[in-house]
This record gives sequence, C-alpha cells and structure tokens, in this order.
Amino acid sequence: MKNKVKRREFIKILGAGTAGAAAGVSFVNAFPASKTDSAKLLQTNSENEITPTYCEVCFWKCAGWVHKKDGKAWKITGNETDLNSQGRFCPRGTGGIGMYTDPDRLKTPLIRVEKNGKQVFRKASWDEALDLVAERMKTIGEKWGPECVALFTHGSGGTYFKNLLRGYGSNNIAAPSYAQCRGPRAEAYLLTFGEGVGSPERTDIKNAKCLVLIGSHIGENMHNGQVQEFTEMVANGGTVITVDPRYSTAASKSKYWLPIKPATDLALLLAWINVIIEEELYDKKYVEQYTYGFEALKRAVKQNTPEWAYPLTTIKPHVIRQTAREMAKAAPSVIIHPGRHVTWYGDDTQRVRAGAILNALLGSWGRRGGFYAPAKAHVKKYPHPKYPKPKKNWKDAFPDQFPLANLALSSGICDATIPTPDKECSFKGWIVYGTNLPQTLPQPEKTLEAIQNLELLVAIDTMPAEITGWADVVLPECTYLERYDDLRISQGRQPSIALRMPAFEPKNDTKPAYWIAQKLAAKLGLEKYFPAKTIEEYLDYRLKSIGSSLEEMKKLGVKNLAPEQDLYFLDGEEYEFATPTGKIELYSTTLADSGFDPIPKFTRHEEPPDGFYRLLYGRAPMHTFGRTTNNPILNDLMDENQVWINPKVAKEWDIRNGEYLVLENQDGKKSNKVKAKVTERIRHDCVFMVHGFGHSRKQMRRNYLRGADDQKLISKVKLDPIMGGTGMRVNFVTFRKEAV
Amino acid sequence: MARYAMAIDTKRCVGCSDCVAACQTENNVPIGFCRDWIVEEMHGQYPTLDLEIRSERCNHCADSPCVRSCPTGASHYADGGIVLVTPEECIGCKACIVSCPYDARYVHPEGYVDKCTFCIHRVKEGKDPACVSVCPTHAFIFGDLEDTNSEISKVLRTRKNKTLIPEAGTEPHIFYLI
Repeated sequence: MKNKVKRREFIKILGAGTAGAAAGVSFVNAFPASKTDSAKLLQTNSENEITPTYCEVCFWKCAGWVHKKDGKAWKITGNETDLNSQGRFCPRGTGGIGMYTDPDRLKTPLIRVEKNGKQVFRKASWDEALDLVAERMKTIGEKWGPECVALFTHGSGGTYFKNLLRGYGSNNIAAPSYAQCRGPRAEAYLLTFGEGVGSPERTDIKNAKCLVLIGSHIGENMHNGQVQEFTEMVANGGTVITVDPRYSTAASKSKYWLPIKPATDLALLLAWINVIIEEELYDKKYVEQYTYGFEALKRAVKQNTPEWAYPLTTIKPHVIRQTAREMAKAAPSVIIHPGRHVTWYGDDTQRVRAGAILNALLGSWGRRGGFYAPAKAHVKKYPHPKYPKPKKNWKDAFPDQFPLANLALSSGICDATIPTPDKECSFKGWIVYGTNLPQTLPQPEKTLEAIQNLELLVAIDTMPAEITGWADVVLPECTYLERYDDLRISQGRQPSIALRMPAFEPKNDTKPAYWIAQKLAAKLGLEKYFPAKTIEEYLDYRLKSIGSSLEEMKKLGVKNLAPEQDLYFLDGEEYEFATPTGKIELYSTTLADSGFDPIPKFTRHEEPPDGFYRLLYGRAPMHTFGRTTNNPILNDLMDENQVWINPKVAKEWDIRNGEYLVLENQDGKKSNKVKAKVTERIRHDCVFMVHGFGHSRKQMRRNYLRGADDQKLISKVKLDPIMGGTGMRVNFVTFRKEAV
Repeated sequence: MARYAMAIDTKRCVGCSDCVAACQTENNVPIGFCRDWIVEEMHGQYPTLDLEIRSERCNHCADSPCVRSCPTGASHYADGGIVLVTPEECIGCKACIVSCPYDARYVHPEGYVDKCTFCIHRVKEGKDPACVSVCPTHAFIFGDLEDTNSEISKVLRTRKNKTLIPEAGTEPHIFYLI
C-alpha cells in the first residue's frame, strides 16, 4: 500500500505533531489571490480525446473512457452510465493505463530454439510462429486426436481461442476460475436453487439490512459494484457480520467480527441453521411454499447447537445466537454472501451450500435486499458452421470422479497431462491464454511436470509471465487498450452492453487476440469458424441485432436496455426452480442420488502441527493476482506482499515487524523472502498474505522476487469430491530466518 | 469568495488507494512519488480492535507555514484558499517541506516542490478533484465552506469530524468524518 512509509515515517509525524506549529499567530487576509496560476498546474493548452473501453484488469469489466492528451496516454475514467461501476473505477481500472505503458511487456512472437546446447527464445515473425503452432497442432490431431489439445483461458480474448479449439475438435477448455476459485459456489447454488449466483453477483447488497461475510473481504477484493453497495449499506447503518480469522477491512466496518478458527466455518453455519430453526426464526411461509426437505434438515442439524459449535469455532454460543437473531430480524433483506474464491478445504460445495440453505430459510432468495433475478441482453451470435463432435471430453481424463463438475477442471487437465502406466495419454498440447498457470494452479511442481510432457505449449499473454518461460511459442497480445474485443454482456439489475475499442495502436509487434486466433484458424484450415472478416464486422452484426450499431456504441460506450422482468419474487406467487423437485432444495436430491450428503455435515479438518500456522491468502485492492504486480502505477501502490503474524506468535519466534523471513511449509517447500507484518489483526493459529507476488521472471523488472508467492507453499490440496475443486487452505507454514 | 475544503468519510473509506492512482494519472505525478496517500491507524488488542483508514494530502491550511516559509513566494494562496506552488518560481530550497506538519510535499524530479492542488484545473471547470470523483466508496465531499448550503457545509454540521494535528494551529481544511 502506498502509505507514509514510502517517503516518510508515519510514527514520527504522529509523535512530533507540533513540528510546524505556529500557535497563536493569527492570520488575516488569508488568500489574496492576485497571482496568476501556473499554466503547468492548470493543465491548459492540451487536446483531449476519449475512446470507450471496458476494463480488463479484473472480471468485473467496468466500462469507461480512455483519455489521451496531446495524443499520449493520459488516464482512464468510468463511464457514468455504466451499471457495473456507476462511473467510478477502482484503483486497478484507474491504473489500467499502466498495462499499456509497462516497458516490460512482451514485444514480439518468440520461438524456443536450441542454441549451443541451451534452450533460448528467438524472435520470430507472426507467420513463422503461427506456422509452427499450426503444424504441431496438426501433428497432435493426427497422432492422438484433436481432443489432446487443451485450452486454459482467462479474460475477454479467450472467446476466440475457445471458438478455434472447438472448431479444431476439442472441448477441453478450462479456466482456473472454476476449480481453483468459484466452482463450488456455482454448483452449491445450482444444487439448491437451480441456478447460480453469476458475475457480477446477483446480491442486492445496497438494499440489504444485514450482510454476512464469510471469509469474503470486500474492500480488499475490489469488485467494484459490490464494494460500492457495501459501503452504501454500511453508511446507511446496515448490520455487517464478518466471519474471518483476520480483522479485514470489511471486519473493521462490521457490527460483529467473528474471528473464527480457520477451517470450521461449516460448523458455524450449521449452528446458525440450528438456531434459526430451533427458535423458529425462519420464514415459514416461504419455506413451506418454495422449499423441499425442511423436516430432514431440522433433524439433521438438531445436534449442531451453538454449544456444539463453540469448541470447534471458538465463537461463543451467545454470539452465535445473537448474530442469528440479527439475520432473522433483517430477513428477508439479509444476505449470507456466497463468497467468490471458495476452494478452501475440499468440502467447499457443502460449506457454500450451508450458506445457501441459510439464505433459503431466511427467505432472501428472490427478495429485495437478498438476491435479485439478474437480467442479460439477448445479443445474437455471429453465425458460424457447426463444430465437429469431439470423441472424448475432459471428463474421460478422470472417470467416475467429480460427477457434478459442470466445467472442465484446470487442475484435472494438468494432472491428466502427466502420463501414468494405467492410462493412455490425454493431453499433448496446451494453449494458454491470459492465465499464468504456475502461479494460478496449486502444486506448481506438478504443473511444471505436466509441461515437460507436452509436445506443444503456446502462451498468449501481454506480459512475460512465468508461463511464457515454459512455452514453445510465445504470442504477444496487445493490451485491452489497443484492441477491440467482444461485447461486454454482463448480468445485472438491467440488461446492458459495453464496447471496447482501441484507444492506441498496438505497441511493438503485438496483435489483438481476434487477429491471432483468426490467423491461426486460417493456417489450420478452420477459417470457416471466423466468417467475419474483421472484428468490426463481427461487432456490428451483433450490435444490430439489438437495434444498435458499432458507430453508435463508439459514441456511447455503454447501452442499458429496458428491464424485462421483476427483480424480486411477487408476493405469494408460485415459482418453479430448476431443481429435480422444482423446489429450493434444502435436502439435495441430486447429491443424495450421487452418493453425497444431501444435507451438509461438518467434518474436521487437519490442524497445523506444533510450530506451524495455517496459510491463508487473499487480495489487495490495488492488484488482480499476479497480472498487475508489474504494472508501474499499481506496483507503485503496493510493490510487495507481507506475511501477517499475530504479535504473540511473533514474540515466540522473535520476529520483528518489517523483518524479512522465509516461510517453509509442511512439505519443506520454501517461499521467497517476505516482510513480516506483526499485527493484532490476525489470529494466532494462521498467517495471511496477498496472492500474486514473488515472481521469478527477471523480464518483469518491478515484481521480480518482490514478496512471496503463496502458490509455491500450496503443495497440498484437498479435492472436493463433488466437483473437483482444489481446496488450498490446507497448507501449514513455519518461519525460517536463515538466508534472508 | 469561495473557501474550498474536503471532508473524507473514514466510515466509508476502504483504503483501496484509488485516490492515489487517480491523482497520479490525472496530474502526471511521477512514479515513486505521490500527492496523496493512505494511512491505516489501528488501535486495540486482538480481538477488540479499531481501524481508521484515511486518505491524506495537503490540508490547504488557512494559516500555512509553507507559504510563510517560502522565500520566493512560489508557495501561495490561490482562489478559494487553495495552497499552490508555482513551479516556475520554486527554487527547490525545501523550507516548505520542513515547515509542513503534514509532510505533504515532495521535490519533483524536475527540481520544484510539488503537492496536492485540489485539482485546481478541474475545480475551475466546476468539477471535483480527481480523487473525489473517482472514489468508488463515495468517501469524499469537496466543496465551498462559504456556501452554508453546500454538501460539505451540511455534513460538517451534522457529522462528527476532526482535523489532523489541530495543535499545529494551521487551520487545516481537510476534515475527517469519524
């Protein structure tokens, strides 16, 4: 964080507060503003120009304007008509200009070659690079089948590579945002309500009277619209209950902070359910009309009293009761927030489902201040020929496992790339778009082992991230400020679309994703899947289907369409839910049929051995994982992460605040050196650090070896048997002072 | 004549540093320096804690030691009480830096002293300063204290607030709503 420490000592100022005092001197005639203000300060005499964009620094995709001054990049501001941002960007969006100006960006296509017995990259032309990719893809397709090529993707440009891969004959398309992030949430809500929470989340926070955050650190995760609604709610006197082993920013704004013992959240949720049922605080009419399995639930949680939960969670029974009553008092304008990154302990679908059940009991799904029904614009797809039907899909790589996974598992594809004696090869080629797998997937050594078995690894990125160092071919994409992309069609209270168009010419020899995918398709003989000659033609076709046009959108940036449905349930109306029973399933028939607990049950998780602490990780508001840590503007706001340590623990280990340490996990994996932040804001049985630091590529000069990479310490995962999520908060670390 | 001031709501602020980034791009503040910054002040012991997050900057004091200490008159009061440094008149002697109780100034790599201008170029166009207009938590209120009906005048009448280091006696004009 850019704070006083940077160029001054904060403490000194507080201590010597009267340094500049001139007490008693009265000051008359305060400002005789006779001077002419400097033109430099007034920023006069410059030509400004704006182009519309939507942000690519995170998935919230706020729409805004890119400003140029005298033809040069100046700033990015929010588009006032944009519903995702209300015209106010977050620090990452504001600092997005640094994605464009970063001198460390990839500049030309690169091909791995052997030179004097050493592997090096040589600069290549686009034709050479794409020829090589096409040739290897053809070879893999002929030898093993096109299904042996997988795509890992994150970000807007991924759309075109998905199209390319499907046309090529593979649907092995994975995003770490599923099995390493929000997959359990998607499945838990689908199982309970028959639909997901989506993104941006359909949480009606601004109208909520009570918000329960379980490990969600809104304010440190800067999901723009959500943060705005959160602060609005706090300012209006709403009750926030934050459950977190760490005194997060959100906790500091909360009426209740429950510093729970890590890995016991499900016990707390079950105890809350118990109180809501036993004290008859649930919405009886709603439960009767819309839900299935109440009696079974009541029986199942009978034992899960606050007294039962206390020794597990360390949250006192009266606090559990009091907070449950607060929720009930606010119902139905209450949200047990579903979270976003929820792959923690391997029973994550069940934990998130417990929260979903609580929401159902309180009647908040479909109610004002709870969860609204999101709307989305119906924009026609540009027609293209049918894709060939793949003979195998990603599920074949791990038969009989994770029956309820609805999306491909990045971690699963990675595992299946490593050959084992009992299985034929599954994957021989990876196309990696915009996701830095060694820092994104747990067990990075496994990722690197998988990579050793590939015949083709293509990395498409804007930055020389770790993954590019392992690629056979590196394709440099231009940043989002230098390209068109598909329309932003995000869900919200109202359907809306946003346009991204280039504000600048692509720097160096970089190209937009659409161009790269289309060119590669042509080399593979798959041009029919890219029938629009240019992306402008593609966008104009889509926009005309909703009565707009590219010309219009270039002026507007954002277009909000008329709402088509009610945001909330109509009182007493019958609704059918897309579950097997047509009801909100407190008791999940799907889980029962698949052999899983139909009602969440608490299971104990392994605890840290003596002298070890559970490793927790999270977000900082000015960064999106590792992708922004080299951005000059954002790096200037926070250039390294710190490990948060409770003062009692620090005392035991003789650790001073600000001292550099190495963390070592239960498997002997060591981190890069990282600064200790000794703070009362964390429990004694865990440590915390922000994810996305500790990069190991010298080409990224600003973030190279700055701070520690939590992923290096996540050598163990606990798999969610329901959907294959990788629970990552199961690693324990201790402190090493040597060789810092 | 207007008297500009800023009220910053510590209850809303999440310390995201967007104000810092927006100032940086708006005013082309060189990387490595800043005109505004975030301070997190923590009190208490686990688990009874209190955290105040503040976005800080030049206080545009009415009785500014920096203006008094400036030998060339580069530091001066502009319209509305905004304290400015005229780059062309600054000799980089740093007397103002030493005198400022808020440590709000730095030496620009081009040799002159620089600091928050309340985005005077925007204010003159009737806009809010960049930090105010960007803040996703709506933590800032910028306005004219001379106008008793302005939002800032109203909020300072109704909400508990404080200034930083009031004992320095400089009549600071950044108010924190607490």
